[in-house]
Amino acid sequence: MVTGVVIRKNEYHDSVFLMRVAKRLSQQKGIQQAAALMGTQKNKALLEEIQVRSREISEATPSDLIVAVKADSQEALASMLEGIDRWLTIDPGSALRVDIRTLDEAVAMQPRSNLAVISVPGPFAAREARKALEQGLNVFLFSDNVPVEDEISLKEYARDHGLLVMGPDCGTAIINGKGIGFANAVRRGPIGVIGASGTGIQEFTSLVHQAGGGISQAIGIGSRDLSDAVGGISLLTALNTLDSDSQTEVITILSKPPGERTLAGLIPKMRQCQKPLVACFLGLKPGSLSADAPYKTARTLDDAAAIGIRIVTGHAPPRWDAHSPNFQKLVGREKANKNPAQRYLRGIFAGGTFCFQTQQILQDAGIVVHSNAPLHGNVKLADPMKSEEHTLVDMGTDDFTVGKPHPMIDSRLRRERILTEGQDPRVAILLLDFVLGFNASPDPADELVPAIQEAKAAATDRGGSLSVVASICGTEGDPQNFPRQVRVLEEAGVAVFPSSAQAAQFCALLAAGLSEGPHAE
Amino acid sequence: MPNKLEELLHQGPIAVNIGVADFAETLQSQGVEVVHVQWTPPAGGDPELVELLDQLL
Repeated sequence: MVTGVVIRKNEYHDSVFLMRVAKRLSQQKGIQQAAALMGTQKNKALLEEIQVRSREISEATPSDLIVAVKADSQEALASMLEGIDRWLTIDPGSALRVDIRTLDEAVAMQPRSNLAVISVPGPFAAREARKALEQGLNVFLFSDNVPVEDEISLKEYARDHGLLVMGPDCGTAIINGKGIGFANAVRRGPIGVIGASGTGIQEFTSLVHQAGGGISQAIGIGSRDLSDAVGGISLLTALNTLDSDSQTEVITILSKPPGERTLAGLIPKMRQCQKPLVACFLGLKPGSLSADAPYKTARTLDDAAAIGIRIVTGHAPPRWDAHSPNFQKLVGREKANKNPAQRYLRGIFAGGTFCFQTQQILQDAGIVVHSNAPLHGNVKLADPMKSEEHTLVDMGTDDFTVGKPHPMIDSRLRRERILTEGQDPRVAILLLDFVLGFNASPDPADELVPAIQEAKAAATDRGGSLSVVASICGTEGDPQNFPRQVRVLEEAGVAVFPSSAQAAQFCALLAAGLSEGPHAE
Repeated sequence: MPNKLEELLHQGPIAVNIGVADFAETLQSQGVEVVHVQWTPPAGGDPELVELLDQLL
């Protein structure tokens, strides 16, 4: 094997583009591994880990592009590196102009602009966001690793100038029917939602759509907005705006539990709202809310969607029934043929909110899990790479994604983890989430099915059977072809559910059976 | 007069995209007017130097 490196000084590309370049390079004949990264310290450390090092790499700056390739032969390597230009050219089919270099130029060219969508690396994100606000633009700030002091000052500036900052770490919004970032194709309607979690908004809006309802606006506020440090600045702005928005009839708030001081400050503002409010604070203990809270409480994203639909239509949508004959049949099918060693559930999540909500549902069923992102009362994994007993991993955290594509856009990380879990004879159930929508992986089911089949076959060879349970978040309007995703998974023997909460409830029944049943140790 | 947030919600986004080009393409595919900024890290990608320059300018 031979290794080659090309450094291109002062050539910046975004991480999603580079991920795609690396993927295409590594699929070429004679190429074993390829990386395309900007020369940040973290990325250089990553190259060091895979034994790619040179003086040029150590001297590269974050403005310099590094392409590293491991090939079978000198010939394959030479032909790849000589033709590297064509891999680094922006898709010629794109209608985007590539000659605009600054926000000022962009605004001069399009003076009616009203939103900046910012996804530059964290250390530079606040600077770009501030410039956008000063130009009078609202901000959708996808970038994470933005210091909290910057978040506060950006949000205070926005509040004082009739603007909104969605983020930092904001994955999803749907504004006037247009999806921004990772969003699903949902119909318009009277349900407004404000969410601190991108996948939470995706699941909620998809479930509302699936139940026949529609969304007026879906506003992301970033994962820290309801912390006591930030105090819900963007939530309050969004709440006031939706309360006076003629298209919105009910407002749903999705978040982990707010900081105590923040919630105390929010309650009087919520009381002033003219419209019904629904709050889904995932991870909050049942009964910890006062009975006279100025909102209806939802325990899960499914409950939140159902309550919203009921408020606007007067009818509750049909709910999932765990006692139905079909469901019981499915439980029976999945419990069959387990071998005595098979004891544990392993959840491998792309969506952090799904990992969190699943922990809540399992905890309600008395099941304690290990996780790299544990809910209060669960156990932190000593090593995120190694599962212990029942384990749920959020694979979208920095534990896994530094220098690597997020599992929502590329399934490689999850594929490897599924194969690892498949080798563990104690695993009885694998739980997966599939997130469709704009900017997500074009075919997540196809990407994971070979690994699922391999893991199932390994369990069968050991005289057992591996249950694979999945939820799909999305709608029939999404680019991934929702019905096909379901079909591909079901053909691979996966039990597919239309929401993460339902998949979690199903797993809770299966897992409880394992510990209580005749096969328990 | 509506503020700029109300304008955004009523008219829908007219966007400037800075960073991941896919986000601009997805907006464009939904019929949103969008200008994409071909961003590069300022000051060679050194955040401390950027802060220093911002203070000077």
